[in-house]
Amino acid sequence: MDTPSYAPRTRRIPIALPISSGTQWLVGTLLFSALLYYFIGIDQGATSIFGNDMHIHEFVHDARHLLGFPCH
Amino acid sequence: MEKRFVLRGFGVGALGGLLAFVFARLMTEPVIQNAIDYENGRDAVMDTLRRAAGLAPDPADPDIYSRSIQQSIGIGVGLILFGLAMGGIFAVIYALAYKRYGTAVRPRTLAVLVAGAAFLGLYLVPYLKYPANPPSIGHPDTIGTRGLLYVVMVAISVILLVTAVVTASRLTPRFGAWNATLLSAGGFVVVVAIVMAILPTVGSLHSNIVQFGHFDTETPQPLRNARGVIVYPGFPADTLFKFRLYSILNQLIMWGTIGLAFGPLAERMLAKSPADAKSAALSPTYTS
Repeated sequence: MDTPSYAPRTRRIPIALPISSGTQWLVGTLLFSALLYYFIGIDQGATSIFGNDMHIHEFVHDARHLLGFPCH
Repeated sequence: MEKRFVLRGFGVGALGGLLAFVFARLMTEPVIQNAIDYENGRDAVMDTLRRAAGLAPDPADPDIYSRSIQQSIGIGVGLILFGLAMGGIFAVIYALAYKRYGTAVRPRTLAVLVAGAAFLGLYLVPYLKYPANPPSIGHPDTIGTRGLLYVVMVAISVILLVTAVVTASRLTPRFGAWNATLLSAGGFVVVVAIVMAILPTVGSLHSNIVQFGHFDTETPQPLRNARGVIVYPGFPADTLFKFRLYSILNQLIMWGTIGLAFGPLAERMLAKSPADAKSAALSPTYTS
């Protein structure tokens, strides 16, 4: 399948984003990972987003100890 | 390219978490159970002592999930999701490092270096100051301070490690790669040691000194009755050693899997990638 020379190829179309999509992937991944790190390691211990609830803390309790986070 | 790094990072991260879970289920859970049995026995003796002294017994810890859930699906979900998160962070660091050092180091070598650095910065260095503790070590009163201290230690360790890597590459033209690495590694060790000396030990927190006296840690000491006779032993040393050893092995398995599994994936991806054909053509031939 030949692309006619006058038609711009899809991947060359400039996208008007303030930052590149590669950077967006990196920033998004970092935020997502940091959020997971927080919920597995820290939430409902030192600080708590859902108030005085221990469901996440108690569910991942053993992992939290083993991964080196302070607990109880 | 970033997207493909990230997806591969999540994949190897989840795999690392899964392998860590297999290890934890087989090796660590019996140790955790020992620690919990110690704690339950201790609480029972403590209640007896409190009643003898005319006090009400302490309220029990919440039991939202049974032990059988915590030691199987709970730790499994925890470790796999943690592996996923670490795989994501690894991929982000890898993408940044590849831009900077991609022409100097082979992709699979870079993967092992990045995984090693993440293991060191995110876990091992903070662990040296605030090591992992099994259940029954850790006073509820100090969890806020301990959590904060741990996060501060992790943040400082990561910042110092990044600084050390950047410093090493800046010094390389003047001193050569070997000596520049040694110099900045030495600087890292010195500054980390100073930070560790400044941050308080867990046992020296105010509420611990008030309640328990002067100890370095919160490891339970023997229980004594009113006449000073030991009625329940201190925390078993072998259980503590095994738990801390397995904690390190657990993270080694996770980061080892991430580094070693990501390497070949990255090599194949970069060899095929048309976007990198140009840079690959410009880069020097890799030698293994």
